[in-house]
Amino acid sequence: MERIDLVVIGGGSAGMAAAIEAHNRGVKNVLILEKDGNLGGILNQCIHNGFGLTEFKEELTGPEYLQRFVDQVKELHIPYELNAYVSSIDRNKVVTYSSKKKGLVKVQAKAIIIATGCYERNAGAIQIPGDRCAGIITAGTAQKYLNIHGYLCGKRIVILGSGDIGLIMARRLTLEGAKVICVSEIMPYSNGLNRNIAQCLNDFNIPLYLSRSVSNVKSKDGRLCKVTLSQVDEKFQFIKGTEMEIECDTLILSVGLIPYISLLEYIDCPTSTTKGAIVDQYLQTDIEGIFTCGNCLHVHDVVDFVTNEGREAGRGAALYIQGDKLNNKSILVKPGEGVNYVVPQKIALPINDDISFKFRVKKPIKDVNIVVKNGDNLISKIVKPVLIPSEMVMINVKKEKLMDNPQDITIYLENRNNG
Amino acid sequence: MDREFVCIVCPRGCQLKVDSAMNVTGNFCPRGKAYAISELTNPTRMVTSSIRVNNRDDLLVSVKTSNAVPKEQINEVMSIINSLSVSAPCHVGQVVKKNILNLNIDIVITKEIE
Repeated sequence: MERIDLVVIGGGSAGMAAAIEAHNRGVKNVLILEKDGNLGGILNQCIHNGFGLTEFKEELTGPEYLQRFVDQVKELHIPYELNAYVSSIDRNKVVTYSSKKKGLVKVQAKAIIIATGCYERNAGAIQIPGDRCAGIITAGTAQKYLNIHGYLCGKRIVILGSGDIGLIMARRLTLEGAKVICVSEIMPYSNGLNRNIAQCLNDFNIPLYLSRSVSNVKSKDGRLCKVTLSQVDEKFQFIKGTEMEIECDTLILSVGLIPYISLLEYIDCPTSTTKGAIVDQYLQTDIEGIFTCGNCLHVHDVVDFVTNEGREAGRGAALYIQGDKLNNKSILVKPGEGVNYVVPQKIALPINDDISFKFRVKKPIKDVNIVVKNGDNLISKIVKPVLIPSEMVMINVKKEKLMDNPQDITIYLENRNNG
Repeated sequence: MDREFVCIVCPRGCQLKVDSAMNVTGNFCPRGKAYAISELTNPTRMVTSSIRVNNRDDLLVSVKTSNAVPKEQINEVMSIINSLSVSAPCHVGQVVKKNILNLNIDIVITKEIE
């Protein structure tokens, strides 16, 4: 069996950044395994612009952003294999994959970085009532059909869910000549970035209905023909008498993304409420030598942060391969009041570096302090005028503040009006 | 009269406020100020799309305008883009159509196709 120091599973933004970082830190025996026919992952179909403002201080389209990393991978001669689908990994870090060239291959890795991205919740996942018919597809699928293959998925379209891909697709489908009738969101607030509401909906006078969801779908000759949208109450139950019937041929779903971690599930790797693995500050999972980053750890909204997280995993894996014992003892990081989750979920001791915590709030909230406590000791308090669930929050805490007597860390929100 | 709108320059999405004397507030960075003034005087948008690759089956290549185009001309720009095609190989930055609508703006490829 071939021995490889670092196998990176997934050649998207996270995986490429991880491989490049590990290479730059002296790990030369690396292999990136990518199931698709190109490197770059989901950015291949994200042809809109707005990527790279943090990373390159300029605004790039998805394919331009990914190309900069593909160029680096090629310049550094980092080995990668396309059309290579990893079917399993085990706790001893044997990676099994099917290769177009070599058939079924097993390699022995010293460390593995899982960067497999996320998948979309679909019609089954949200149990849409009514007929089972053609014409109901996820936003990402519609995006791939249109941007990569050139097929328009419909002519009269309703979009359910106001996540960013749904908003981006509302604009894109409109520009290609489809009529996007409305976007409907079950929550009382939008789940997309404000800029996307502005430039994708407002620019084209596409209405956004809040607290409204699909209560029925009807088909004719096997194809969707009518969608009923109803208002929902606080418990997300449909309110009778609020039905809006809309004739359309396509319902696009932009109703959430879930980390894709089946490889980790097979080996019983502990997961958290993010539906990704539990990791420490090196992005090492509870299984020694297995790291994870990007959208399969927790779903991001900005690719620049995915790239950065890839580097963190690449660094962690490099330290591990070069002999650092990363996980002796650890302390926990807990989400408190108002906080949905925090990554990393634990901190390995001793603490050698500043630590960046990433989290999301549970609901939109104004005038709060973000409070970080080490046991009962206050270590950081940051004033925020507004926080929304669709924007990941990142805070950096200096190692000096954590090194003395580290105990479990809590991050919570505190209302500023109540003192 | 004050105008309020969301900045679309970056994912931050600042809530901008512009008064009648064109004073901009609410912007985190200078780009927000420039955007606010442009939005009230000559609103522009980048247009991205994809065009057919002649010598590849079932494959498009992505393109963009080299600069933001006036908002009211987006549909005209889309018609031009939809009339274009290109032969592989093609490269990031390759110009497929120069100076569209006399705007001094080109249609540029944004993806590598070998």
